[in-house]
Amino acid sequence: MAETAEAKAGSPQRKRLLDTLEVDSRLLGMIGAFVVLCLVFNVFTDGRFLTPRNIFNLSIQTVSVALMATGMVFVIVTRHIDLSVGSLLATCSAVMAMTQTVVTPEWLGLGLNHPLTAPIALLFGLICGTAIGAFNGWLVGYLTIPAFIVTLGGLLVWRNVAWYLTNGQTIGPLDSNFVLLGGINGTLGESASWVVGVIAVVAAILALAAGRRSKKAHDFPVKPLWAEAFLAVVIAAVILGFVATLNAYDVPSNRLERMFEARGETMPEGYSTGYGIPYSVLLLILVAIVMTVVARKTRLGRYIFATGGNPDAAELSGINTRLLTVKVFAIMGFLCALSAAVAAARLTFHSNDIGTLDELRVIAAAVIGGTALAGGIGTIYGAILGALIMQSLQSGMAMVGVDAPFQNIVVGSVLVVAVLVDIIYRKRTGAK
Amino acid sequence: MVDRSGTPLVELKDISIAFGGIKAVDHVSVDLYPGEVVGLLGHNGAGKSTLIKCLSGAYRQDSGDVYINGEKATINNPRDARGYNIETIYQTLALADNLDAASNLFLGREIVTPLGLVNESAMEAETRKVMHRLNPNFRKFNAPVSALSGGQRQSVAIARAVYFNARILIMDEPTAALGPAETQMVAEIIGELKRQGIGIFLIDHDVHQVKRLCDRAAVMKNGELVGGVVEVDKVSTDDLLGMIIAGKTPAHLAA
Repeated sequence: MAETAEAKAGSPQRKRLLDTLEVDSRLLGMIGAFVVLCLVFNVFTDGRFLTPRNIFNLSIQTVSVALMATGMVFVIVTRHIDLSVGSLLATCSAVMAMTQTVVTPEWLGLGLNHPLTAPIALLFGLICGTAIGAFNGWLVGYLTIPAFIVTLGGLLVWRNVAWYLTNGQTIGPLDSNFVLLGGINGTLGESASWVVGVIAVVAAILALAAGRRSKKAHDFPVKPLWAEAFLAVVIAAVILGFVATLNAYDVPSNRLERMFEARGETMPEGYSTGYGIPYSVLLLILVAIVMTVVARKTRLGRYIFATGGNPDAAELSGINTRLLTVKVFAIMGFLCALSAAVAAARLTFHSNDIGTLDELRVIAAAVIGGTALAGGIGTIYGAILGALIMQSLQSGMAMVGVDAPFQNIVVGSVLVVAVLVDIIYRKRTGAK
Repeated sequence: MVDRSGTPLVELKDISIAFGGIKAVDHVSVDLYPGEVVGLLGHNGAGKSTLIKCLSGAYRQDSGDVYINGEKATINNPRDARGYNIETIYQTLALADNLDAASNLFLGREIVTPLGLVNESAMEAETRKVMHRLNPNFRKFNAPVSALSGGQRQSVAIARAVYFNARILIMDEPTAALGPAETQMVAEIIGELKRQGIGIFLIDHDVHQVKRLCDRAAVMKNGELVGGVVEVDKVSTDDLLGMIIAGKTPAHLAA
């Protein structure tokens, strides 16, 4: 008797717990799906999936698509689409590759691996990406050509501009500082990673406290203190656990030996150290924070979501929706360039097919992450989680040994099913 | 009684606007005094919404002038209209359904912190204040406006217009989608705004509503004004219906 009563009380109580914590249940669902996915792969790969090494690889493989997915959220929220991101990535990558292999060493006479090479190349790439994105936005916003058409054209145009810039050649090896952005070639090391982890935890706790203070200042209801504390502990555990995992992936000893040799030292016997947080992952975290602040705390973000919710209302409220479109696509272009730097640096060369089909991965990541194609709804963290789920699915299946055609069949099906689940979820919860 | 001895708040003088050869508004002049409600009546497509959009900045008239407080005004877009303290409540309410009441109320005019970030708490606090005045039963401050009832949505739209010190208010069929109780609420709000000296243009289909809420009424048919702006107390609902349907000026006014 007592058991059944408890079971009956269980479900509403759990709901109340989630309400008290004010956690997005949709986010929890996605995290749950991701965890299940990881555990299943871990079983099928005899524990190889959840090793520090694979988690490290997964995180650096996700960065490129995840960076662009954060921008795609804004594009889709404003009821547009960008099919040209993969091609734009290729053009930016080509511009950066040519800058560091031709422009700086030969035209500027800086030679190879000059400290200024990487910043100059990055700057050129970012300017190029932002300008092309803004141009796309101008075509869409001011000339009112549908974004689908503008970026479908862009898909062909920018892919082949990249080809033209490099004569179709693979350009490499890239500058030794530039490749630090790629992941395995540039990591923080163990101690710096711990410092970053602790800073992140402190920042998260301060953010929670600031939010609570601001609510209290206006006499709004706040969560009970234990709920805040519980959230803080969970966040801290996730951050520090992630750092510990990345630190646990040891640099191979022969690679360490080479590093010591390069500095003219010999490696002490039994010396070992972990990789720590890759610069590219740090970059993604920074971008995610900035984009989230833009989305939630700036007028630009408000206008993006308002325009997506009701373009006429936004226009009548005095928002310049045309200029807004230019800004949204310019942000997308900037992120494509950033993503291009990470992708090229990870490969250590620019290849003609870099970023091929990335537009579909990026859109899929955003959509799996809960961005509604009808506009007005989407989150940055959702898109990043979406990118992570896609990447885990892909590399998990490769590790299990699923045949290549089946991998893509599964990924495609998951995309469709994820959207279906989202539709059902929204209907159930009564949200639009 | 409305005092019409001073300068009118708004004068629309000889406004014309055409869409591809069709004269939507044909040399229409209407004026509005402080504390007055002027009803705009007419069939669908009679041109009343088009006329008023020249004042709200959604359209630009082909010819004719707009005077605000006796001075000629240039209104090219909704931002300009806001600059003249003209606020519009559109029939569609023009709310972003995915955002909450506070976000909609401050859309385009957010309160920001010194760092330039949006101050959500301050906006919600202000929204609570203004909503408490307009619609004390309103509670759903954190839900997207798509989750609100018609009357609640209407009160958000009215709050948006009122909060920013509107001098001139344009209401496009404010009660079209509302039940009796909510219609009564809107009527009370209109009365309150009149007392504050705000001038209101009320676009409506319902002649009884116009008789009840308005001081004067202008009837439009085929883009033209029928019989000038009439005082509602001097005409019957039948007269008004005759003006709307037949375009016929009542005999006692025509004389």
